[in-house]
Amino acid sequence: MPFYQSPDAENTKEMGQDSFAPLSARRLLVLGGIGLILIGMLFGNIFAVFVLHQNASRVSASLATAAHAALAGDSSLVDASFQDVGSFLENRGTKVDTHVHMIDFGYLALLLAILVPWTAIKESIKRRLAWLFLTGAVLLPVGVFLIHYVGLAYSPMQSIGWASIFADLGGLLVLIATLGFLLGLGKIFRSQVPLAGQDGLLQDRSRTGRILLAGGLLMVLAGFLHGAYYAGFDLYRHEALDSSILRSMGKAAAANDARMVDRSLEAYGLLQGDKAVNIAAHAHIIEFGLLAMLLAFFQPYVSLRETWKLRWACVLIIGSVLLPVCVLLELRYGLVAGGLADIGGLLVIIALLAMWIGILRYTGQLDAQSGDVR
Amino acid sequence: MSSGRRILILGGIALALWGMGYGLWYAVFAEHQALNSIGSSLAEAFDAEAGRNPAAAETAFSKYTEAKYIYERQVDVHGHWIGLAMLLIVIGIGFDRIKFSQRYKVALARTLLAGAVIFPFGVLLQTFNHGPIPRGIAILGSALVFVAIGGIVLGLAARQSSAG
Repeated sequence: MPFYQSPDAENTKEMGQDSFAPLSARRLLVLGGIGLILIGMLFGNIFAVFVLHQNASRVSASLATAAHAALAGDSSLVDASFQDVGSFLENRGTKVDTHVHMIDFGYLALLLAILVPWTAIKESIKRRLAWLFLTGAVLLPVGVFLIHYVGLAYSPMQSIGWASIFADLGGLLVLIATLGFLLGLGKIFRSQVPLAGQDGLLQDRSRTGRILLAGGLLMVLAGFLHGAYYAGFDLYRHEALDSSILRSMGKAAAANDARMVDRSLEAYGLLQGDKAVNIAAHAHIIEFGLLAMLLAFFQPYVSLRETWKLRWACVLIIGSVLLPVCVLLELRYGLVAGGLADIGGLLVIIALLAMWIGILRYTGQLDAQSGDVR
Repeated sequence: MSSGRRILILGGIALALWGMGYGLWYAVFAEHQALNSIGSSLAEAFDAEAGRNPAAAETAFSKYTEAKYIYERQVDVHGHWIGLAMLLIVIGIGFDRIKFSQRYKVALARTLLAGAVIFPFGVLLQTFNHGPIPRGIAILGSALVFVAIGGIVLGLAARQSSAG
């Protein structure tokens, strides 16, 4: 892929070393992007082990209290229980949002890192846009995480707290930076400016890169197939069950049938679990597939021996398949499958960390060659 | 830049912006109302059961079912448009690795872009009409995505077997 040849001197050199120069936009976005994905995954693992299940139990307990309060004819306790459910769901929702946004911003950073050389912008502006992007990409998830704890304390507004304000500011920074890069990309598509050089990243046809690309694409395809199966055979059944179980819970409460209320609560919990594992498996295998495909392009920057690069790519793919498959099996095999899913997540994190270290080594070698090491 | 790559990268960026814009609109103007409606109708239903008022409970449960049905599809539409857009961009970047003729590659790119637009659009239509037509549109969109990705996998495999 040819490059835009900017009139700016700092933009005219060939890719290889110069597009990955110290504090260049691409280097910031690659290292920052993988860092965001790593932190997001670690956070997700910690959340899954220490918060998710405990929180689900509290939601179930509050729903049970609401149902039994309806059975006893106690309207005020029904309302109080649903407020508790709302609070637990907000706690869970903000944690999930933190995990998802951090990882997705990491993906976006990697995408922008690939596209950076195709943008008709001065390197100094690209660098500022990269910093702006990374600042926003950290600010938004941190702000979202704090929403549940900060609430409306010292807020100048009635319904939006400081944490939400900073999260929105982070989102705005990411949006501005992304639009800046897109404007540069748009200029390239419209301009007739001579193009120079080839992007070494896109010319790479190493075995590791090919395995990651093909493996990633197959994972995405598997995720789509699973999604289609779920939509075709389970989605409408689950939606009908959700409604009918709640109806029978309400009717049992009205009929003072405590046993039926408990049975409905149990069925409702199982249904929510079934929905959650299917959605989590679908989302995770597609996201891991995308990650593998993105990482395929950055293999030339991973300064490790070929055999080790291949091993880490295989570890990443094994972990990426193990996690969603075991998540799907969690309802049938319980903690064993849950533990294996966590191991799958850990394998992905370790492989990603190894690649990140490999890229750091590459930056060190590059800086040493150009005499930037003091 | 080849036509196939241009279709996927520009189409992916446009779709991502559209999906983000849709999500922003939904978050600002509709999501809170939807969540309130889900929560309040469920509480209302249990309140009505506590007050031994089955007719009001039934109405509230119906309201809850409809609000949840629409909310889940709206979130799915937003997520799928952006997710598919990212996939289009990533595939677009690596599109030169596919060993098919230019004409076939452009057809694959167009099919993938069409599927990525149509599939979530069909899901969105389900919020207005629960009949078979919106569902058929969503199925058509997802079929287009499957066909295109299957073709791309074959194209990559062809490249690899010929290279190796």
